[in-house]
Amino acid sequence: MTLQTDPTTMASAAASGASTPAGGRAPLIEARGIAKAYGAVVALDGVDLDLYPGEVLALIGDNGAGKSTFIKCLTGAVIPDTGTIKVDGQEVRIRRPQDARDAGIETVYQQLSLSPALDIATNLFLGREIRRPGFRGSVLRMLDVPAMRREAREKVQDLGITTLQDITQAVETLSGGQRQAVAVARAVAFGSKAVILDEPTAALGVRESRHVMDMVTQLRARGLGVILISHDMQNVFEHADRIQIMRLGRRAGVVSPRTHTMQQTIAVMTGAATLDADGRVVPSDEAPSGATS
Amino acid sequence: MTVTHLERRGSTPLERLQLLLHRRPTISPLVVLIVASAVFGLASDRFLQPSNLSLILQQVAVIALLAVGQTIIVLTAGIDLSVGAMMILVALVMGAFGGPLGWNGIVVVLLGLMLGGLAGGLNAFLVVRIRLPPFIATLGTLNIFVALALILSGGRSTPGTDLDPFLTWTATAFAIGDFRLTMGVVLVLLVYLVVGFALSQTAWGRHIYATGDDEPAAHLTGIRTRRVLTSAYVLAGVICGLAAWALIGRVGAATPNSAVDANLDSITAVVIGGTSLFGGRGRLAGTLLGALIVGVFRNGLALMRVDVIYQTLAIGVLILLAVSLDQWIRKGRSAS
Repeated sequence: MTLQTDPTTMASAAASGASTPAGGRAPLIEARGIAKAYGAVVALDGVDLDLYPGEVLALIGDNGAGKSTFIKCLTGAVIPDTGTIKVDGQEVRIRRPQDARDAGIETVYQQLSLSPALDIATNLFLGREIRRPGFRGSVLRMLDVPAMRREAREKVQDLGITTLQDITQAVETLSGGQRQAVAVARAVAFGSKAVILDEPTAALGVRESRHVMDMVTQLRARGLGVILISHDMQNVFEHADRIQIMRLGRRAGVVSPRTHTMQQTIAVMTGAATLDADGRVVPSDEAPSGATS
Repeated sequence: MTVTHLERRGSTPLERLQLLLHRRPTISPLVVLIVASAVFGLASDRFLQPSNLSLILQQVAVIALLAVGQTIIVLTAGIDLSVGAMMILVALVMGAFGGPLGWNGIVVVLLGLMLGGLAGGLNAFLVVRIRLPPFIATLGTLNIFVALALILSGGRSTPGTDLDPFLTWTATAFAIGDFRLTMGVVLVLLVYLVVGFALSQTAWGRHIYATGDDEPAAHLTGIRTRRVLTSAYVLAGVICGLAAWALIGRVGAATPNSAVDANLDSITAVVIGGTSLFGGRGRLAGTLLGALIVGVFRNGLALMRVDVIYQTLAIGVLILLAVSLDQWIRKGRSAS
C-alpha cells in the first residue's frame, strides 16, 4: 500500500510556529484557551487547536503533557473549566459525548469504548440505534436489528476490514486488534466532520496498524479532519500534515514534517528546545528533560 | 458476501458447551427446571397435577414480580436490597388509603405505583447523584422503607374484607382446563412480556446492558448512563408497586408481616436465572425460570415431606452452583 499524500493539502506548509495550511480555509474545529484543573493540578493551561478539513493533525507530547485530557475536552468526556470550541465557525457547547457526536466528531479512545458483552453490530450502532419503520418503531420503539446488522456489515466491508466477519459476534470474543478495528470502524463510519484517534495503533500488529493508517488517509481524502494522538514518531511523520506539540498542559508549538525534523520536534516536545515566533527551533535554557524513545 | 465464522478457540465438547451457555444463558436454568420437575414428579404423584402446578405459580407470583425489578438493576451491575421493603411500604400505604380512608381502589393502585416510583427515585438519587454503591444505598433505604411502613401503618394490618375490591382483584381466580390461575399470575406474565420486550427489543434495553457491561465505555459512546441508571431504579420501584398489589391479593390483607424474605428471594431468582451479578449479562426469561425453580424446589421438597430447613439448604446449594456456573462461563469467553 503506497502512501497517499494529498497534493493540495499542505503544499506550502507555512514554517511559522502557528503554521496554517494554505488556501485560507476556515478551520473545522477551533479550540481556544481550553483549561482544566483537577484541584491544584493544572492539566491544561489554555490550549488552542485548529483543525482544517482534509488534514491529519498529529497531537504529540510526553506523558502527562495533557494530550488525552485535551481531546477529552473536545469530545465531551471531560468538561473544560474555561475555553471555547467552534465547529465550522459555530461555537458549540460540548458537555457530554453525545454533543460531540451530534457535531460530527467521532472518537476512538485509547481505552476502547466498547461494550464487551454486546455484538459488533450493536456496538457500532450504540447510542444511534435504528428503529423499525411505522408503528413498531414509533410506538413500540422496536429496534430494527436486521437493518443494523446489514448496515454494519456494509460499513465494515466498505472500510475493507477483513478481520471482522461475523457481525453478530460478541466483542469480548474478539482479539485486541479486532476490537480496535470495531472502534475505528464506528468512528470512521459515523464521523461526518472530524475523527479523533487516541493511540489507535498502540495495541496493533504491523499489518493492522497499516490498515488503520490507510483508513486515516481515506478520511483525509474525504475531506474530514483527523486528529491523531500517537507516540509513534515514525507514524506521525509519515502521515501527519501538521504536528501540534503539547508540553506541560500547553501548546508548545505547531510544526510540519516538511519543515522540521524529527529530532527538532522531539527537542521541543521534551523542552530541550522551543519554537520562536517564526517557527525556528532554538535550544532552550531549560535543561533537557531526558531523551524519549 | 462471505460471512464465515471466525475459528472459535477451543473445540472440545466442554468448551463448546461453555460457548453455547454463553450465547444462550437461559438454557441452564431451563434444564434445571425440567430436571427438577421430572424428579419431583417421579417422587410424588401430586407434584405434576394441575392443581399443584397452579399453586406453585401463585406462590411464586410476588417474588417473580420483584425479581423483574431486581433483574433490571442487576443488569446495570447494581443490586437492590430494598425491593421487598418498597413493596411492603407500598402495600401498607395502599391498605391505609383503600381501607380505613376508603379511597377508590383504582386511584389507590395508581398512587401505590407512584409511591413505588418515588421510592425507586430515592435509590436512583443516592446511586446516581450521591454516587453511593448500590449495595450501601439500598441497604440504607431498605431500613428507611421498612420503618416508614411501620410508622405510617402503626404496625396494623388491614384485612382484605375492609379493602376496596380492586385492591384484592389480583386474587381473582379463573380456570383454564384443570389449571386455576389468578389475575395476579396474569399480571406477572404481562410484566414479564412488557419488560422482556423493552430489554431485548428497544434501544433502552441495549443501553441498560451497555451501562452494566462497562459504564465508562457506555458513557463515552454517547449513552446517557446516569439517565439510564435512574430509569432502571425508578422502573424497579414501580414494579415493586405492582408486586405490592399482587401481595395484597395473595395474602388477602395489607400486612407488614408478609414477605420478609422477599428481598433475598428476588436476588436468588435473578442469580439462579443466569443473570450475572457483574452486570450486562442475562435474560429476563431466565429470571422467571429462576423464580419457578425456587418455587418448584420448595413445593416439591415439601410434598416429599422434607423439612423446610432442608428446602433452604437446597436453595443455598442452587445459588452457589448458579454463580459458579456463571463464573465458569465468563472465564471461558473473556480471555483473548
